[in-house]
Amino acid sequence: MVENTKKEIITAVELAKKQREISVSEFFTKNRHLLGFDNPRKALLTTIKEAVDNSLDACEEAKILPDIYVEVTQKAEDRFLVIVQDNGPGIVKEQIPKIFAKLLYGSKFHTMKQSRGQQGIGISAAGMYGQLTTGKPIRITSRISPKKPTHYYELNINTQKNEPDIIKETEIEWLTEHGTKIEIELEAKYQKGKQSVDEYLKQTAIANPHIKVAYKNPEGQVIEFPRATKELPVEPKEIKPHPHGIELGILIKMLRMTKSKNLGSFLTSDFSRVSPAVAKLICDKAKVDIKSKPERIPTQEADNLLKAIRETKIMAPQTNCLSPIGEDLIIKGLKKEINAEFYAATTRPPSVYRGNPFQIEVGLAYGGEAQTTPDDEKDDLIRVIRFANRVPLLYQQGACATNKAIVTTAWKNYGLSQSRGALPSGPVILMIHMVSVWVPFTSESKEAIAHYPEILKEMKLALQEVGRKLAGHIRKTVKAIQQTERINLFEKYIPELATAIAQLSETDKKTIQTNLDATLHKNLKELIKNGESQS
Amino acid sequence: MEKAKAELRQLGKKIEIQTSKKQNPTLIFPLRGLSNIEFDKKSSTLKLGDKTASRSFFNVAHSKKFLQTLDAARISHNLLKEKKHASLRDVFYQMKRTITGTKTNIVDDQTESDAVIEDLELITGCSREQLNINANKNGSVAGNVIVEDKGDIIDWSKMGSGGWSIPSNVEEIKFKKVQAKYVLYMEKAAVWERLHEDKFWEKQNCLIMSSQGQTTRGVRRLLQRLYEEHKLPIYVLTDLDPWGFYIYSVIKYGSISLAHMSEQLTIPGVKFLGITVDDIKKYNLEPNLIKFKDVDIKRIDQIKDYDWFKDNKDWQRQLNELKKLKAKAEIQALSARGISFISEKYLPEKIKNKEFID
Repeated sequence: MVENTKKEIITAVELAKKQREISVSEFFTKNRHLLGFDNPRKALLTTIKEAVDNSLDACEEAKILPDIYVEVTQKAEDRFLVIVQDNGPGIVKEQIPKIFAKLLYGSKFHTMKQSRGQQGIGISAAGMYGQLTTGKPIRITSRISPKKPTHYYELNINTQKNEPDIIKETEIEWLTEHGTKIEIELEAKYQKGKQSVDEYLKQTAIANPHIKVAYKNPEGQVIEFPRATKELPVEPKEIKPHPHGIELGILIKMLRMTKSKNLGSFLTSDFSRVSPAVAKLICDKAKVDIKSKPERIPTQEADNLLKAIRETKIMAPQTNCLSPIGEDLIIKGLKKEINAEFYAATTRPPSVYRGNPFQIEVGLAYGGEAQTTPDDEKDDLIRVIRFANRVPLLYQQGACATNKAIVTTAWKNYGLSQSRGALPSGPVILMIHMVSVWVPFTSESKEAIAHYPEILKEMKLALQEVGRKLAGHIRKTVKAIQQTERINLFEKYIPELATAIAQLSETDKKTIQTNLDATLHKNLKELIKNGESQS
Repeated sequence: MEKAKAELRQLGKKIEIQTSKKQNPTLIFPLRGLSNIEFDKKSSTLKLGDKTASRSFFNVAHSKKFLQTLDAARISHNLLKEKKHASLRDVFYQMKRTITGTKTNIVDDQTESDAVIEDLELITGCSREQLNINANKNGSVAGNVIVEDKGDIIDWSKMGSGGWSIPSNVEEIKFKKVQAKYVLYMEKAAVWERLHEDKFWEKQNCLIMSSQGQTTRGVRRLLQRLYEEHKLPIYVLTDLDPWGFYIYSVIKYGSISLAHMSEQLTIPGVKFLGITVDDIKKYNLEPNLIKFKDVDIKRIDQIKDYDWFKDNKDWQRQLNELKKLKAKAEIQALSARGISFISEKYLPEKIKNKEFID
């Protein structure tokens, strides 16, 4: 579960702090699979992902409409150069070495705020991977204002100390007014298809209709993903953690780091939704003195405290801290990247799992290009694209809660065929997005959302809402086809009917037929309408 | 025949005028089915109510049926012009053709053509027979009656082992000599053969008549003519089950699907001879009963509820007892008492004692 990942990282932070003798490179090598560098193909994707996620977060924090350039160049058979450049706020000179060449710098791991960065371990890990596989340093160019100079750095990570080694540091001329450019050379493999850099960028463009991306792939082609809106997403609010979402490791860490003088004020000021009364209730239940000093609470008591927290009713966390894409922009995002016949989207109201606020969104494109799958798969199952906090999830679809929610939804009701326990079939691209201050991933990778019942329930409700919209469209299309067929039938019936009437009334068949044809075409619209109200 | 031809021509003319006015060609005729059936207590027959159905060509739901109706009219019109008769099956084959430029047939199944022919009867007010469309003949008669049919003189007492087979159209038959004193109509052809072999009609001076299963129109009309023109009492013999009771009901009161023709087909004076629930005890038929299925019970409830049975105490008693019995008795159950028990004992006794249900 998520806790494991979290714990390992926390442990790593502490290890890095306390026991410097353990090298970070060792930690990195051991945890490659957790960090997204299990193979050369995935390493390339992860590197770009980390860089782009950082750029987007930085731009949005600075209220700048992101304008991203990505370039991948092949240097040798298994060696690539990745360049990611943004128009973000840039980085102040002193921070540059730490951000890019110190593993686990920054504190995204325990902020309770919806952000992309939660996914990975950070850009420094990508730099380290490059350094370990090619020996080349990470190269950074950054400028914070047109009035300020542009700084250029070449950095290595000192794997013994987890400190940056500055290889080169200089001021250069740069045309960009503000922004950051990262260059990493690494051992990698470039491949197209479902889990490719190309697909990642396309999906990113769908879920982030406010960004503009230009991408030059190793074949030299430049692909542009245009902007669909000039509105930046609403900035997500940072909230204090809710007691029901806390794990023991984090609790202990928080107890040690807090500025509060006693346990009571620690509980009320470091958590959300804890009133003095609730804090007292918790301490009484845990049989821990409310006045004890937080940093002196032993592990056993912390454990009791956690149990007490879980047994105590606490008001659900506030949910206004989230920033979903929204139905209109989901549709805009889908429209600009997928040329389909019909689009629908739904944004569910916020909900809560384990004290964490979250929100589910679903978008759908039907018909047109939604029919073709990138891998030219033989089956005609729908294609699912998954997102967590606007970041595409390309791996582990089967293990993801989204998958379970989709296969357990009765798509037959919505006009798609579906085998038991399988994805439905049809010309559909289905987008499913989870927004949360903390997205729970399954343990092995950060690519599959964990199966919390509250999350599954919201996903299913969102899928059903979109399903109903789809059903309406499919019904209309089918009906329109049927109506045309029926009008055609009238035309075919007319000669037969004219023959019968002519023989019975002993009049001219041609006149009758002409009259019937005229009546049909005069009343065509009305006939179609009547047909609809009858069927 | 001229009437039918004129009616069909008028139908054609009416639709032709609608087309010339660029109107949606529409037929309006009485609605068939239980919802539009009334039991007329005065004449004690089933009659059609006032509800009408309309059928329009430019209506996706009606279009095909409209075409079928007019096509059936055209076929009937041709038959009348050529002075030929066709069976329902013939008409079905004439209508079963693919419409040019489509994969659709005008009709795919005989039930479709049969249904529009019945509609045509309502639209024109002419019976199927008058439209020169006949059903399969399905019935036999034997007894002391002489008739003339298409110039042939036929003696129903000299027709060998099969009897005279009753045509579907009996309008043109002339009765020459009627000596028989009553008619015994039975549900089962096999029982008819038994009675014929036993010369029951000779001993009793009666007519024996049957048509396997539901009574055909020709048989009903012949019974009606014998009843009306020669005042012969009509007795009905069926199995003891709801289906047998309904055969009697159709002969007496008319049927739901042919309510529009009740006047030409119903015989209010017909009487039910057996098998009755009382016969079970009297003739010791208990060992020969056959258990009911669910559908049989359901049918009893339906029949009990029909207006024409609702207020009839005798029938309510029969139906209630039958429901309790939860089993049926076939006419042939009487054979358990001896092969000719029916002709030597059961029937003579019943008729002599006037043991009827009305």
